[in-house]
Amino acid sequence: MDEPTASLTHEEVAALLATIHELNRQGIATVFVSHRLDEVMTIAERVTVLRDGHNLGTYWVRELDRRRLAELITGHVFESSLKPAFSVKSAPMLEVRGLTREGQYHNIELEVRPGEIVGLIGRLGAGRTELALSLFGMNPPDSGEIWVDGKQVQLRTNQDAIRHKIAYVSEDRLSLGLVMPQTIADNAVVSVLDRLTGPLGLIDETHRTETIKRWIFQELRVKTNNAERPVQQLSGGNQQRVVLAKWLATDPRVLLLDSPTVGVDIGAKAGIFQVVDALAKRGIGILLISDEIEEVLYQSHRILVMRSGAIVGTYDPRRVSEQELREAIYA
Amino acid sequence: MPTEAAATPPPARPAVIALCERDPTVVMLAGLICVAILFFGSFAPARFLSAETLRSMAFQMPELGILALAMMIPLMSGGLNLAIIATANLSALVMAAILTRLIAPGTSPVADGSAVALALAAGFTTAFVIGFITGAIVAFLRVHPILVTLGTMTAVKGLAVYATNGGVIGGFPSVILFLGNGSMLGIPASMILFLLCTILVGVMMNHTPFGVSVRMIGSNEKATRYSGVPTGWILVWVYVVSSLLCWVAAVVMMARFNSARAGYAESYLLITILAAVLGGIDPNGGFGKVLGLTLSLVLLQIISTGFNLLGFSPHLTEAIWGATMILAIAIGVIREQLTSRLWFRRTRDSESARSVGVVPEETGIRERI
Amino acid sequence: MPNSGSVIKAAFRRHDVQLAGIICVMALVFSTLSRTFLSAGNLVALLENYSVMAIMACGLLVVLISGGIDISFAAVAAVSQYLTAIIIIQLGGNWVLAFVLSAGFGFLLGIVNALLIYFLKALSVIVTISTMTFYFSMLLFVTDGKSLYDLPDWFTADLSLFGIPFPIVVATTALLLTVLLLSRLALGLQIYALGGNPEAAKRVGCNLLGLHCLVYGYSGLVAGFAGLVEAHRVEEVVPGALIGRELDVLAAVVLGGASLLGGTGTVSGTIFGIVLLAILQNGLTLLGVSSYSFGLVTGLVILISVSVTAYAAMRQRKRSAVNAD
Repeated sequence: MDEPTASLTHEEVAALLATIHELNRQGIATVFVSHRLDEVMTIAERVTVLRDGHNLGTYWVRELDRRRLAELITGHVFESSLKPAFSVKSAPMLEVRGLTREGQYHNIELEVRPGEIVGLIGRLGAGRTELALSLFGMNPPDSGEIWVDGKQVQLRTNQDAIRHKIAYVSEDRLSLGLVMPQTIADNAVVSVLDRLTGPLGLIDETHRTETIKRWIFQELRVKTNNAERPVQQLSGGNQQRVVLAKWLATDPRVLLLDSPTVGVDIGAKAGIFQVVDALAKRGIGILLISDEIEEVLYQSHRILVMRSGAIVGTYDPRRVSEQELREAIYA
Repeated sequence: MPTEAAATPPPARPAVIALCERDPTVVMLAGLICVAILFFGSFAPARFLSAETLRSMAFQMPELGILALAMMIPLMSGGLNLAIIATANLSALVMAAILTRLIAPGTSPVADGSAVALALAAGFTTAFVIGFITGAIVAFLRVHPILVTLGTMTAVKGLAVYATNGGVIGGFPSVILFLGNGSMLGIPASMILFLLCTILVGVMMNHTPFGVSVRMIGSNEKATRYSGVPTGWILVWVYVVSSLLCWVAAVVMMARFNSARAGYAESYLLITILAAVLGGIDPNGGFGKVLGLTLSLVLLQIISTGFNLLGFSPHLTEAIWGATMILAIAIGVIREQLTSRLWFRRTRDSESARSVGVVPEETGIRERI
Repeated sequence: MPNSGSVIKAAFRRHDVQLAGIICVMALVFSTLSRTFLSAGNLVALLENYSVMAIMACGLLVVLISGGIDISFAAVAAVSQYLTAIIIIQLGGNWVLAFVLSAGFGFLLGIVNALLIYFLKALSVIVTISTMTFYFSMLLFVTDGKSLYDLPDWFTADLSLFGIPFPIVVATTALLLTVLLLSRLALGLQIYALGGNPEAAKRVGCNLLGLHCLVYGYSGLVAGFAGLVEAHRVEEVVPGALIGRELDVLAAVVLGGASLLGGTGTVSGTIFGIVLLAILQNGLTLLGVSSYSFGLVTGLVILISVSVTAYAAMRQRKRSAVNAD
């Protein structure tokens, strides 16, 4: 099975893993190719690690733990530590009051301060993405208020949202985040095309090159020597950096990150979160949507749990365990 | 600048190979043009390699050329405009009707001038309205462009037939005729018009937000919309611009024939798609260059004129156009296989090897949202 | 227990049921306005007129369901018609031979399309535009555009089965054959699968090359039928007679609910699509509306129909998006 869970939801993954167990019991051997540590740790008995085309050996899973496996895959040692308490008391950058959309989410209250990373966790179908899309002007709410930087805003299209300095990194990088066959450069400037024009409405080439140079090469250090190559030739982690570059070029103050590390291998994940931290330190308010408990636990200052369209609890990452969060999400 | 400086390959590779890699279609077309010139030049050197032949080719190319540009822009947006010929004909008929009504032998030059201006404006408006309606249905109702333009084609042609009972309107003032048959400095006026359109479209597609958006939409409309591009309105303008190019083609056509009719130039419809795709416009959308299109038009014209000079029927020419198309696709496939093999060998050991074309886990992606 | 109201509602949402409804309304209007409309003579003539279109539509439908498109079928029909006519004029023969020949030529030309599309991995619309241009231009080049008038007597003689004119019989056969292929054979399921998701079809073990040959070959084969019927009806073979019908047939099939994206489409829908266009034009003629208005009316019908369908689908999507993440 080659990456059989790539486009499955959690429930579907669980069902698939159960099926594989059943097949194993019947004496059918399975080769399970994946980059998802959890799944491998759950399903496999032995694991063979490949890195850059080299075989790094085969191990018994019971003799490994997640961290060791991650080290083998990436060649780096990972330290995970909780974020320090968020103590800045400035006014919220993004405030949501009583936001409701029939059948999707109801009475959502949340606020994100400048420099704060707020984790939003919930199962697929809990209304996370719908809420994010509403905050990005692509899914108009039925009622409620959205305030950006102390002013109430009406977001009718995502151009409105971009104008109010909100950016949205989609969970689906391959079909919504980037235009894969087109160049890295065009993907990086597509969100700011109208800001690059000179007289006669023509694109000012120096302005364009500078934008690309700044965001792709200097700020996000995308691994490429030529920005005029198709973005699909980059690895998952570098593609996600291009997505971030595209949004940073719009000079956002609120960044909605919807499952930003889906399909990114474990080494690149750390890199992405380094970028996210740096952005928060610059005063961008970040809403981090995810369905990986570990991710929100270690990457955010505050955790909101969403279940069936409502926010059911707010947690401090330093005072909550994974188990408590899991119970809140799946209750 | 890192973009350009870093792109220079380490060992100096021959310029030809570099060009082949950057723009294979242009190289292939240039090659085919050379082959065609050599072929006809050796069979009929005296007649084929003459100024007269060149001139006649320059007179024949603009019509198909402008219409092919009108096809190219929707193709690059991932669509298609089957209504181009119908739009050109209706717009020509509107202009012809105004010209023949308002201009009689006795009227003054000033009155003639304003009649021509009025006619041109009416033709422009006709094309604009057709393009706007087509674009709005494509963009906001999300109907497949083949269906929409199939409908507009039938309706627009139907309207032209209905209004004229299938008849011909002809007899235009010399200003109009000049555009079809006159020359400036030895260059046909229609050719100049075509070159102007080419430059305009080239600049528009490569150096404006509109052009970049069209290419992005052609590859992935949804992702482009999620990036904050108002894709709906861009698509509307795609069909408006396409229609307006049909209006220019209409002026050239009515000038050449000194008449307008609902059924003119219908065989051009599919040929424009052929010319565009032969010129490297990706029929799936997203890619294409005006230079490629121009070269493919030159190639088709050389084949046509050459066989005509050798005394073959125009039907053979069209058959060979069709075969050239298949040949060009085949060359493209072979080239792609060769280069992807080379590319793969070069990058196999680097970190990007994972992203070579096929990313197995992403095939059969579920439709989301 | 489903209540009857929702069943009816669901039925009304089905495309072919809507089409049938529109057709009934139109038939009713035309029959009250013109007494000749519902006469047997008129209806038979109507069916006969549109039989060639119906036959060609069968082939195109199958290709559309498989996710491709065939623009070359009219050219294929013209070529196989001409070749068959030459052979039966020179050597004589009978209907069986004529059918075998014409369908065989059509099938072969269709296979050429299939092979090009499969091996060049090119868009079917581009390949079939190219082959259409090639087939038809070669036909005109080789024959110099000359028509054939001296067809054998048995070929042009009026023919009917149980009183049903020959073209209608052939059209019915082609439609039944298509129903058989699409819904009674396992192959039909594979054709739908190919149109729905080619990669998935390949992975579950469908033979893609074989399926391509089947659908484009079938399109060519029925085009061969269509060519013969046309020649029989007009009692001559004119190379250019069938050309230019490609987009009309496409319009009819699409009106019948087949999607250009593949995977959907039914024979019944296609029949309704053709009947709709036929009744519309016939009704207008009987009402004394100038035949010059047909194009305009047909075009508007296509535009309105695709727009309404798209609008309904969009609203449906919005409603069901409620529970989607």
